[in-house]
Amino acid sequence: MLKFIAKRFAQGVLVLLAIYALTFFLVAMTPGSPFSGERAIRPEILAQIEAHYGYDRPFFERFWTSLSNAVRGEFGPSAVYANRSVTEIISESFPVSLKLGSLSLLLALLIGIPTGVIAAVKRNTLLDYVPMSTAMVGICLPTFVMGPLLALVFGLMLNLLPVSGWYGPRYMVLPAATLGLYYAAYFARLTRGGMLEMLNQDFVRTARAKGVPESTIVWKHCLKGGLIPAITFLGPALAGIISGSFVVETIFQIPGLGQWFVRGALNRDDFLILGLTVLFAALIVVMNLLADIAHVLLNPRLKYE
Amino acid sequence: MTRSAEAVLGAEEDVRRPLEPIEVEEGASLWGDAWHRLKRNRLALFSLFTFIAIVLFCVVGPYFSSWDGEQQDLIRGASAPSADHWFGTDTLGRDLMVRTMEGGRISLLVGLVATIVALLIGVVYGATAGYVGGRVDAAMMRFVDILYALPFTIFVILLMVAFGRSLWLMFVAIGCVEWLSMARIVRSGVIALRRQEFIEAAVSLGYSHRRIIFRHLIPNVIGPVIVIATLTVPAVMLLEAFLSFLGLGVQPPNASWGVLINEGQQNMEIFPWLLIFPAFFFALTLFSLNFLGDGLRDALDPKSARD
Repeated sequence: MLKFIAKRFAQGVLVLLAIYALTFFLVAMTPGSPFSGERAIRPEILAQIEAHYGYDRPFFERFWTSLSNAVRGEFGPSAVYANRSVTEIISESFPVSLKLGSLSLLLALLIGIPTGVIAAVKRNTLLDYVPMSTAMVGICLPTFVMGPLLALVFGLMLNLLPVSGWYGPRYMVLPAATLGLYYAAYFARLTRGGMLEMLNQDFVRTARAKGVPESTIVWKHCLKGGLIPAITFLGPALAGIISGSFVVETIFQIPGLGQWFVRGALNRDDFLILGLTVLFAALIVVMNLLADIAHVLLNPRLKYE
Repeated sequence: MTRSAEAVLGAEEDVRRPLEPIEVEEGASLWGDAWHRLKRNRLALFSLFTFIAIVLFCVVGPYFSSWDGEQQDLIRGASAPSADHWFGTDTLGRDLMVRTMEGGRISLLVGLVATIVALLIGVVYGATAGYVGGRVDAAMMRFVDILYALPFTIFVILLMVAFGRSLWLMFVAIGCVEWLSMARIVRSGVIALRRQEFIEAAVSLGYSHRRIIFRHLIPNVIGPVIVIATLTVPAVMLLEAFLSFLGLGVQPPNASWGVLINEGQQNMEIFPWLLIFPAFFFALTLFSLNFLGDGLRDALDPKSARD
């Protein structure tokens, strides 16, 4: 187990390095520089600004400096917002995004998994059809359709909840629901599929023949295995929640990382893009690692691989 | 020796010739069977017709409208749906119905082209990995696993920023990230086929690897590929709409459903129809494609479990 974790950890570090290099390369290849904006700047001044940010150094030297700084958690200055460092921006906005993201993921799991289990156990009844059709609808309604619709109905028509800003728990409901419900639908479908597969196994038939109560079969024998598809989906779900947060934070005007990333991309704020990409990638890599570990814990057969 | 082998195989073919009509019938009945199964699936059939209707609406629709998508009526501004403008007009007084149709054209075009890009990469990659097998396969699939773990949307955004926001680039960028499941499915199909006699026969006839992969293996995995392609189209359209929503995708004066939804979202408090119509068509398209894909999976590959 330890060896497995170490191996996956090393792999994760490699992936992160690759992402860093790729992102750096992409950003460096972009024509122009973040400072050549709408305002006309005299070339010598532009050269001086670029020198200040280290743009005049050779490619590999820049890469090396930026990488060694990044390892120490220092992502450089923001190229667009003068006098602010990327690390500062991250430490300011990350808590907001973290709260929104974890709330959404929690919501997705708390709704999705029980729904999936119930649908599998009561398959081909109303308790299966209704939630599963709803889930299909949920999957077809992306965040940027769901968000405005929720805001329109609950915020503007019913006047129940605020639709923009980030000042307290009431402001979290609609954004978290927008992000969470979409993944709740996914988790419900995956859990249902996983549970159905387990319920069709031979050992379940044996258990039933021995007269084991149905609840024990579901909760003790099947749940562990049935959850595997949902657990494997945790990594992609987090990735989706992160990119979904770009949209949700724009719709509900939440001062989180997603908005910074979109703004950074639009303004070509090189250091900000690089720092945020690495942060997002690191989160996803960690989540995938946790999912892998959970996967092995849930499926003992994998231990011997 | 080769000659004798050819003679033997030739003779074998001669013996089999009378059977050929039956084989052709069987081949037809695979698709006939699939069509039959699809027809029984009401939801999938309904989705198919809905999708065709949407495509017709977007492609042919603008020719029948008395408005065009760029014609502005600034005095009118945004107006609610009326007899003149069935879907109303947007803030610049443009007819929303035509805008929705034209946006749909671009969204559907992105869906189609990017899926083809993904299809080409995925099928060639997957078939190669499955056919070569061994270490090459392991390495190639490990690479896919690693790519699966990457935050893709972020990369598409970076690509769009790095290379300018052109429509064609978007096709490629989206296609480049959506080929992974395609590669996996083709690979597993090819591995299952590789050990079968007709491949052995092709190898012993001395056919090149390329010929075996392209002429014998890929045509035989076409069923699952069609299914996954049908399901890739909505995924691609989703990504395009996502980018356009953020202002990183399709640029004005072009519009896609993502752009229209974004415009609608900004004005929804006062002019809700600007959001509702494009969002409705977009969601309906995603629905029909997803249900159609599910139905096709059941029809073409009855063994595979639904999720």
